Amino acid sequence: MGSIKFSDKTMAKVRELILRYPEGKHKSALIPVLHLAQAEFDGWLSPETMEYVAEILNIQAIEVFEVASFYSMFNLQPRGKCLIEVCRTSSCWLNGAYDIMSYLENKLGIKMGETTPDGKFTLKAVECLGSCGTAPMLQIGKEYHENLTFEKIDALLEKHASGEFITNYC
Amino acid sequence: MAKKILFEHIDKPGIRHLEAYRQHGGYKAVEKALQAMSPAEVVSEVITSGLRGRGGAGFQTGTKWNFLAKPEGVPRYLVCNADESEPGTFKDRYLMEKIPHMLIEGMIVSSFALGVNTAYIYIRGEYFYLYNIMEEAIAEAYKAGWLGQNICNSGYNLELHMHIGAGAYICGEETALLESLEGKRGNPRIKPPFPAVAGLYGCPTVVNNVETIAAVPYIVNFGGEHYASIGIGKSTGTKLISASGHIKKPGVYEIELGLPVEEFIYSDEYCGGIRNDNELKAVVAGGSSVPILPKDLILKTADGHPRLMSYESMADGGFTTGTMLGSGGFIVMDHTTSIVTNLHTFARFYHHESCGQCSPCREGTGWMEKILHKILDGHGTLSDIDLLWDIQAGIEGKTICALGDAAAWPVASAIRHFRAEFESYIKDPAASRTFSHYDEKYKVHNVDAQS
Ligand SMILES: Cc1cc2nc3c(=O)[nH]c(=O)nc-3n(C[C@H](O)[C@H](O)[C@H](O)COP(=O)(O)O)c2cc1C
Ligand code: SF4
Ligand code: FES
Repeated sequence: MGSIKFSDKTMAKVRELILRYPEGKHKSALIPVLHLAQAEFDGWLSPETMEYVAEILNIQAIEVFEVASFYSMFNLQPRGKCLIEVCRTSSCWLNGAYDIMSYLENKLGIKMGETTPDGKFTLKAVECLGSCGTAPMLQIGKEYHENLTFEKIDALLEKHASGEFITNYC
Repeated sequence: MAKKILFEHIDKPGIRHLEAYRQHGGYKAVEKALQAMSPAEVVSEVITSGLRGRGGAGFQTGTKWNFLAKPEGVPRYLVCNADESEPGTFKDRYLMEKIPHMLIEGMIVSSFALGVNTAYIYIRGEYFYLYNIMEEAIAEAYKAGWLGQNICNSGYNLELHMHIGAGAYICGEETALLESLEGKRGNPRIKPPFPAVAGLYGCPTVVNNVETIAAVPYIVNFGGEHYASIGIGKSTGTKLISASGHIKKPGVYEIELGLPVEEFIYSDEYCGGIRNDNELKAVVAGGSSVPILPKDLILKTADGHPRLMSYESMADGGFTTGTMLGSGGFIVMDHTTSIVTNLHTFARFYHHESCGQCSPCREGTGWMEKILHKILDGHGTLSDIDLLWDIQAGIEGKTICALGDAAAWPVASAIRHFRAEFESYIKDPAASRTFSHYDEKYKVHNVDAQS
């Protein structure tokens, strides 16, 4: 152990999170802390990261894995620097979500669920994100991009082509 | 203009922040409740108001509050359900984004009424930007003394915290939400015991939706009787409707309960009619879980009365010819829509979101998705329709939580009202596929790529 470690700033955040719950109920902080870990350690939860989180919260590593594998926002595999999550549920489908997905697939030369060979982009289909009135939509990091058009997608891909790592926890 | 309760000040400049919110009468309900009322009096006003849960089930809020067990020396909790993941629903997001202090004020007054000193707002993980907005508003409220120790010099203390989820529709189900808040997988609990007796950390807990809690300050300010005079019959007050799909003006609308559906769809004050002046085909009126209704039945009940946006009128006719108000996620489809393809998006959704504890739900949702996929792919047979029917019947009412029912109802209602469309899809798939309005080059029908 010991090759990964939260920054002091993140550690302070972890302490603040734990204090939100009654004494002895610190396991409640697990999901928020996993978000912090994912943001700090390359956008995914490696076994090593999960063991580290278990140690910090003083719980078993299996408890962390159990939770990490349940929630769709936790990536158990490495992902591209820019994770593009496209909604595919009813209201978005009614407004052309499948066309948006094909357009992205064609532009990036990968299928939904895949990462570009240069590691810059990952495409992921997700379920309703609460933007049904501004469909079709996609999410990158914590930003929602709504009322999508092919032009908007072109601009987004250009903006993120630099390969800067994007996280939703910031 | 219709009565506005939640949205009265929503477009005022700076209303996201404490100062402007206060200028428009914000936190008056906290002053009134904490300084001039007893907790029991607040509960009594909420009972009188007839307010019903806005999360989907429409259960009487005051009754739910009355169920809360109050054993000596045991903490009680109030948890706000801001998980909002029911497809077609985006109202809680709008409320929190525009006027976060309204929810905070509601949490303070409700917590006071319930004798709660620690409360949480559980927000879905994808709403991270909203989490930040809420955190900022909560910090403002602490700084101004609306949260923390001895609020308004009343001796009442309240700690309010945000808690973020991580992507799981099932965590909107209240017992799954509590499991998740305890740092576990979102597996719904077997009931009883209900949260009112054993909820968060095994303590008595009330779980309420964002919109429900946001209505409480108004009830405290103007009285339960006044609130009950708005709306129609047992559907008191106003309701936020998230309107999406093929309409001219999608968005979140606050309606007075009892508004005719026809007016909601066609008037310029609301949806503004069907896009491109197309023909209305069907509506999913209360979020993906409720039965879909064809045009004739959504505009009028089976016995010919105008259908109203109220709990009772929406349910008129039961599941044979009616539906539910649900979460108010109102998805409108025009005549170009393939009901079968839409249903596939729902079936895939429920399969993806099933927590897997009960076999009927875990297996059944997967089978329904596969069969619909097979039909879309052009390999369906007419017996598949009956098979789908049997599977949904095998799920409904046979599971730990209502996700099973929520997965079954859309399938049952689509077959009930649109059986002929399933048949023609199976007989001639190529002719049945519908196209959206995007670039010809990217028209896609390969559902494999998207599943
Ligand atoms: C599968 C499932 C998902 C649900 N999702 C939500 C949700 O996202 N938001 C919500 O407020 N209620 C949701 N509910 C309803 C809650 O279980 C609960 O009834 C509600 O939060 C109670 O608050 P209310 O009485 O104020 O409506 C869901 C229920 C089920 C069965
Ligand atoms: S009905 Fe489905 S989601 Fe609900 S507990 Fe059972 S398996 Fe889980
Ligand atoms: S259906 Fe895509 S955001 Fe709701």
